[in-house]
This record gives sequence, structure tokens and C-alpha cells, in this order.
Amino acid sequence: MKNLTTTLAALVIMSASSVFADGHKVKVGMITTLSGGGSGLGIDVRDGFMLAVKDNKNITVITKDDQRKPDIAVQLADKMIQSDKVDVLTGIIWSNLAMAVVPATVNQGKFYLSPNAGPSKLAGKGCHKNYFNVAWQNDNLHEAAGGYANSAGFKNSFILAPNYPAGKDALTGYKRFFKGKLAGEVYTKLGQKDYAAEIAQIRASGADSVFFFLPGGMGIGFMKQFSQSGIKLPVVGPAFSFDQGILKAVGDAALGVKNTSQWSKDINNAANKKFVSEFQKEFGRLPSLYASQGYDTGKLLISAMSKAKIKDMDKFRNELRKADFSSTRGKFSFDKNHHPIQDIYVREVIKEGKTLTNKIVSVGLKDHSNVYVSECNM
Amino acid sequence: MTFILFFEQLLNGMQFGIMLFLMSAGLTLIFGVMGLINLAHGSFYMIGAFCAALIAGLTGSFWLALLASLIGAAIAGVLIEIIIIRRLYRRDHLDQVLATFALILLLSEGVRWIFGAFPLYLNIPNILNGSIPLFFDIIYSKYRLFIILIGFLIAAGLYLLITKTRLGIRIRAGQNDRQMISALGVDISKLYTIVFAIGAGLAGLAGAMIGAIQSVEVGMGEPILILAFVVIVIGGIGSIKGAFIGSILVGVTDTIGRVFLPNFLKIFMESANATSMGSSIGSMLIYILMALILIMKPSGLFGKN
Repeated sequence: MKNLTTTLAALVIMSASSVFADGHKVKVGMITTLSGGGSGLGIDVRDGFMLAVKDNKNITVITKDDQRKPDIAVQLADKMIQSDKVDVLTGIIWSNLAMAVVPATVNQGKFYLSPNAGPSKLAGKGCHKNYFNVAWQNDNLHEAAGGYANSAGFKNSFILAPNYPAGKDALTGYKRFFKGKLAGEVYTKLGQKDYAAEIAQIRASGADSVFFFLPGGMGIGFMKQFSQSGIKLPVVGPAFSFDQGILKAVGDAALGVKNTSQWSKDINNAANKKFVSEFQKEFGRLPSLYASQGYDTGKLLISAMSKAKIKDMDKFRNELRKADFSSTRGKFSFDKNHHPIQDIYVREVIKEGKTLTNKIVSVGLKDHSNVYVSECNM
Repeated sequence: MTFILFFEQLLNGMQFGIMLFLMSAGLTLIFGVMGLINLAHGSFYMIGAFCAALIAGLTGSFWLALLASLIGAAIAGVLIEIIIIRRLYRRDHLDQVLATFALILLLSEGVRWIFGAFPLYLNIPNILNGSIPLFFDIIYSKYRLFIILIGFLIAAGLYLLITKTRLGIRIRAGQNDRQMISALGVDISKLYTIVFAIGAGLAGLAGAMIGAIQSVEVGMGEPILILAFVVIVIGGIGSIKGAFIGSILVGVTDTIGRVFLPNFLKIFMESANATSMGSSIGSMLIYILMALILIMKPSGLFGKN
């Protein structure tokens, strides 16, 4: 009898734990840029995400490098879905890669949580119930920059961005909010590093301000060359050219520049303080906005896992939609097209001792969503 | 107004061309003398920039940093030539492409392993900061003028080296007939190492000079490498003169095309489309130029037969 009870008890425990294992374990495939130009962004997203899920035993993460190439990203996604059997994909930095990977992923019944890229196509007509963007819709930070340009009294802006989906979203976003005229509008080559030609055009254009979106290493070259050119125009841009990974390389040329971001290390809430200090302790450097996006993505996943099993996709999706986690950005919720509603801040580049970093000067747009919500039938 | 803009863009094109010349001079020499396709040439550009950033960080001197880029990349060139490249001269081009491509991956990962994935800081010295007025109200960056000047000096130096010195005679002889020159008692493997070191050193110098106004990061050499190949194909493989003319041609075409094509297209279509389409066509221009030149002169402007 005693034997029987122990056996039964053991059975119960075993079956319980196997149910537990089946239902609560989540396999995450992270495809991000870890080598070549722009790898700083992917590394920050990965590190932020890993920090968030570090103590969660139910999450396994497979990380692979897409080398910023769409074809490689697609191969990796296929492999992760078909042979590694992941439940959730995440990690992609670049919009052109996201456009190549996300539609196929969500159509195969997997969740995709975007920690960065938010192309307009995936927010409007191409929205999908399994696609969540935890960062922003691409236009958002640029819209805030346009709004800031109005309040700063700019009347005649010269605007430039690389010729790829996110670059077009950027200029569209700026123009949507900016009320002044355009002194010039230029698309540069993706990956371009030398902006002598564009800077000469800015000089000749008679602009009173410059707006630029040049993510990663592209912005370093622009800021340095612009400050050396002796043109004394105010510059405004999204945070991507002024994040923590890049400021060091830009140097003092960035001092005083206003940039717009949904996150900053001085946002005053408990989650953010914990994130900044833990990130510094773990990796020995200050986090960037990319790291905060990776971290929030991890926390969002955990929040849904604690309420629902991943196999019950409808319930899990509902839990994701609630966004019931403490974001490093403070207030955070999803709009109907699964893109964030959040505050966008205006920051200024300052020096803290010897380190260049950002501080918030004002709230650019409050509870900001995106214009593509109405196009999304979900 | 338009003339000033045009002239400034012409200078920008020159400066871009000069930098391409520093890359392609080495590439074309190495191909001309040793018959080696060296895809890893862009890695020396990167190594030079990182050496410069390292030395500038330690000493604070830009001039020492420039020197370090030249020497550092040349030393890396010598080591790599002796350890790896030397075994490739007798192999066919496919083997060379595979091996030097592997070198790119190894060197990039190696540099990232040492310096990390984030871009490094390297800035120009104060004396070259800012712009100076030239003539007709044209204001131009001092540093870019400096790059143009250095480029012309190096072009002149290479010309003297190849036409007036004993080493130059050997290099030219090596280009013409590799077997004969070694039969005449010239230590061919030493000559190869020297040529390789010169090529690597020039690439490293270019990397440091450009790194100071762009960014010093892993993988910075590969986009330039592709253009350098375009240059040597246009100029004729093995010809320094061809590399010089080809570089300036590519630099100016690229810059002028990128700037004026969108404006030109605005005459026919609405602004946003013209900008986007103009910059797309602008980035194709140099390849169209290459195709046109190859149709007329299949071995390039100054190529042998």
C-alpha cells in the first residue's frame, strides 16, 4: 500500500512536471546582427534580452547572427522554425530583414516579438495577430523630432536618410509633424560613411536646421564631418545616432544635440533603475535604447508565460496584448495593431564626467501611437 | 551658387578618388606582380584604422597614429604574406579567392575579439579642423584638402619608386615575366613580400585617414574593397597610372552622380520619387561607367593588350 502511494505520488509529480515542462517552457529563436557593421545594435538587443530572461529557467534561447543580410536571416528563421522548433522569434534590427522574415514566421503560427524594426508595412495592411512590436513603429521617433522642430521654431529643414524602408518611414514621419518648409530632401546609400556631398548641399540649401536619420556607424561619420564643416546649424534626429554605443565614437561633436527617444537612462521608475544598474553590473557598460528594447521584450514574454501556456496560442496572445509588465519606459501598452502607445522624449547629449550620455529635456509626444492603426484589419 | 556647389562636389569627388587610389594602388600592384587576387586587402584598411585609433588613444597624437597605421598594416601584411599568402601564388584564382575570403573573416573576428564590436573614436587634429575659404567664396574642409595633398604626394612617390629605383625596375620586370626575373637571380620571394607590405601599408594609411572622419569599426574595409576592384578593372589590371586615373574617375562620377541626378530627375517627376530614384541610379553609375569602358577597352584604360 505504501509502495502504491509512493508510486502514485511519483507518477503524479512526474506527469505534473511533464505537463509543466510542456506547457511552460518556451523556446526562443533570436536572429540579430552580431558581426560586421551595425553589430553593436544587435549585441545590445541580445544582452538586454538575456539580462531580462537570465533567471527564468523555462526559457531557452538560440541566438544566431544574420550578418545584416536578408537572405541569411530568412535561412536562419526557416531552420529555427523547422528543425529547432522554436515557439517565438525575435531579435531583428533592420527593417529590410524584418520584411523578409516576419510575414513568413507569423503565417507559420509562430509569435514574432520585434525588439527594434517596425516598418510601416507591418503596422498597417500587413499587420498580423502573431506580430508584436515592443520598440516603436519606425515613424514614431521621427514624428517626435518633427514636433520638436516646430517647438524650436525651425522653419526650413534639410532632411536626409538612407534609401531603405526605415529611411523612407523616417522622412515620412518627420514631414508628418513638421510644419515648416523643406530646404532639401536627400536619400543616401545604406551603409554610406562619407557625407561630403550631402554636407555641401546642406551648405548651399539655405536651411535653418538639419534632420537626419542615419543609424549605426553611418551617423558617426555624418556628425563628425558636419561639425568639421563649420556649418553652424542646429541638428535634430532620432536617438539612433546618439545611443550609448555610438556617442563614444562621435566624441564632442555630438554635445548639445537634441534627439528623440522612447527611452533614456534617466527615466525615473523602479524598473528602469533596476535595469540600468543590473546591465552595468553584468556587462560593464551603460545600456543603450536597443538594450532597453531587448530587455522589455524579454519581460513582456515572461509576463505572458506566467499567465498562459504557449501552446494555447489564443490565450497567450491575449496575455501578450495586455502588456502586463513593468517596462523600463514606465507607461506602456499596445495599440490595436500591436505597436506601442508610449511617451517619446526629447533628449540632449551631455557630458557626465568624461562620459558622453543623454538626459531628458522634455516630453516630445505623450501617449503616442501610430497612424497605421486604422489600416490594420485584425 | 550652382557653380560653387559643383566645384565643391568636384573636390569631394577628388578626395574620394584619392582615397580609392590608396586602396587600389596596392591591390593592382599585388595583382600585377604576383598575379594574386587579394580579397583581404580591405582588412588592411581596417587594421590600419584600428592601429591608428589605438595609438591615438594612447599618445593623443594624430601624426603618430598615422605613422602607426602605415607601419602596423605593413607589418600585418608581411606576417600574413609569409604565413599564408606565399602558398597561394602558384594556385589558381579560385583558391586565392577562397583563401583570402577566409582571411577577411578571420581578421574581422580577430579585430572584434580584441577591440569589441562598438566603433572606436579617432578624430582629426585641431590644426586640420574646420574649413578654409578657397577662391570664389568656396569654403572647403581643411582635412579633405589634406587627404588630397597626401594622395598626390603618394602618387608621385609611387611614380618615382617604379620608374627611377632599382626596386621599381624589379617590380616592372616582375609584372612582365615572373620566371625570367627569378632566373636572373633576383630574390623573388623577398620582392613579393616587399610589394605586399607596400600595398598593405597604403591601405592601412587610407583606413586611418578615412577612419578619422568616418568611423573606425569592424568590417569597414569591405565596401571600399569592392570599389577598389572596380577601379583596377577600369584602369587596367597591374597599372598604377590606370589605378590613379580610374580612382579619380570613379570618385568624381560617384559624387557628382549622387548629387546631381536626383536634382536632374526633379525636372521630370515629383520630388520624393526623384530623390529616391535618383539616388538609386546614382549608386549604379560607376558600374555603368565600368561597363562602358570595358565595352570600348576590354582590358581597361591602361591594361596590357
